[in-house]
Amino acid sequence: MAAGAALAVTGAARAFGGVYAVRDVDLAVEPGELRAVIGPNGAGKSTLFALIGGQLAPDAGTVTLDGTRIDRLPAYRRARLGVGVVFQAARVFAGMTVLENVMVGAHSSTRAGFVAAAMRLPSHHRTEREIRTRAFSCLERTGIVSWASRPASSLPLGQQRALQLARALCGRPRLLLLDEPASGLRAGERERLAALLLDLRAEGLTMLLVEHDVGFVMRLADRVTVLDLGQVIADGTPAQVRADTRVITAYLGASA
Amino acid sequence: MSDLLAYVLTGLGIGAGYALVGSGLVAIYRVTGVVNFAQGAFAVVAAMLTSTLLAGGLPHGVAELVAVAVAALCGVLVGLLVTGSPGQSLIITVGVGVFAYAVEIVLWGDQPRSFPGLGGVVAGVQAHYLLILGVTVPVFAAMGLFFTRTDLGKALTACASNPYAARVVGIDVRRMGLLAFGLGGALGGLAGVLTTPVQQVTFDSDVALIVNGFAAAVLGGLRRPFVALAGGLLLGVAQTLIAGYGGGAYQLEVALLLMLAVMIVQAARAGAVREAT
Repeated sequence: MAAGAALAVTGAARAFGGVYAVRDVDLAVEPGELRAVIGPNGAGKSTLFALIGGQLAPDAGTVTLDGTRIDRLPAYRRARLGVGVVFQAARVFAGMTVLENVMVGAHSSTRAGFVAAAMRLPSHHRTEREIRTRAFSCLERTGIVSWASRPASSLPLGQQRALQLARALCGRPRLLLLDEPASGLRAGERERLAALLLDLRAEGLTMLLVEHDVGFVMRLADRVTVLDLGQVIADGTPAQVRADTRVITAYLGASA
Repeated sequence: MSDLLAYVLTGLGIGAGYALVGSGLVAIYRVTGVVNFAQGAFAVVAAMLTSTLLAGGLPHGVAELVAVAVAALCGVLVGLLVTGSPGQSLIITVGVGVFAYAVEIVLWGDQPRSFPGLGGVVAGVQAHYLLILGVTVPVFAAMGLFFTRTDLGKALTACASNPYAARVVGIDVRRMGLLAFGLGGALGGLAGVLTTPVQQVTFDSDVALIVNGFAAAVLGGLRRPFVALAGGLLLGVAQTLIAGYGGGAYQLEVALLLMLAVMIVQAARAGAVREAT
């Protein structure tokens, strides 16, 4: 795969009980690219997402981030290397406020050290203040800053997704993974999310977006990878993919 | 009247011990989801070790601290055993508890042991009961600050709340689990070294400790350390009042009844919620 790729997946395979969910998948995402992965239900999108994020280990193949092998690393190590994750499910820290949730997100990038924190040294105070400021700006960007002091569990689903996004951004990721970020959002929320993703791309953040909603990704993504039955059946610009007969068949059935 | 005050103060001292054991259970359960039935053994080991260290000439304070540190280490070891075999945590902690009996009998014999605590009498109460309380309350305050103010404490809280999300923000959930076991070991050990001067300790003292500690902890659904503190104190006072006015030793029965009542109420409430949704 291209040496310059920010994220490279080569020959990735993962089976569950003898059935391959993902097989021989190659994927190379350039730095600053917004890549979408689409496919019908059961195509292996979520498995691929988990192989990159570290929730699953591949049976075969490699995953590299800026040239570093990460496929054997646990999820927390990948996070510290700069992989930010936004899950589809509302995975927030229920016992904390919205702001605290986002501040915990900075854990991967600034682990100031337990000693400094325990002794309440000036360096700890400075870091703490910095993280708070950063967390507020992340909440601002995701449009939920007015909820900052609310308990995280009190947020509706759309805002919980935005909270996860703010938390991931607070960790200053090199690669941001988003699993179906638009699902369950209302039209207005969806538009705000699209605008934010375009902003982030303009800032040069590399992103990989797994999405069921084809319309949503076709107007956002630089390139689109299409999975079907665990394998890549098409890879190209949105226009190329839209015209691909294999893609049309996979989505509409053999009769089309 | 002065009887009442003495009973209440004594009860608070006893209850503080339950609260420490209970909060150790809570510390471990919140982060790892494991109910540690070996929790009482930490207290027994620390108490026995303290008696040996004191007999060996170590001064008060140092001996207790060393014993608590050893209990913390035991906690980490139990944590390593448990996290190494997921799905079998319950039977492993029970097994560790039984194994601890054997080790304790070999090392310290099967006779009760004790060591002198703080001497003197205040308001008709042995001063040592007040010492127990005087140590326990600051320990809980420090824990509160630790969990809410430090990076490490917040990371532990994050693991307790959502381990999935904790991993993706770069928290090593397994290591946090071991840390929780260490903390649980230290809290159990502290309970042991604090209560032994007024209660004595034998290898099987862990049963009473775990039952009372569990009763204290279950009030907060095994998740809330401060509820465990309140529960422990309440339990201690209730037991001394019943023993003082009713006569007889019904300590364990009181704890078991309370535990049963709490669990029935919680089960009923959970059932109601399930029906409502």
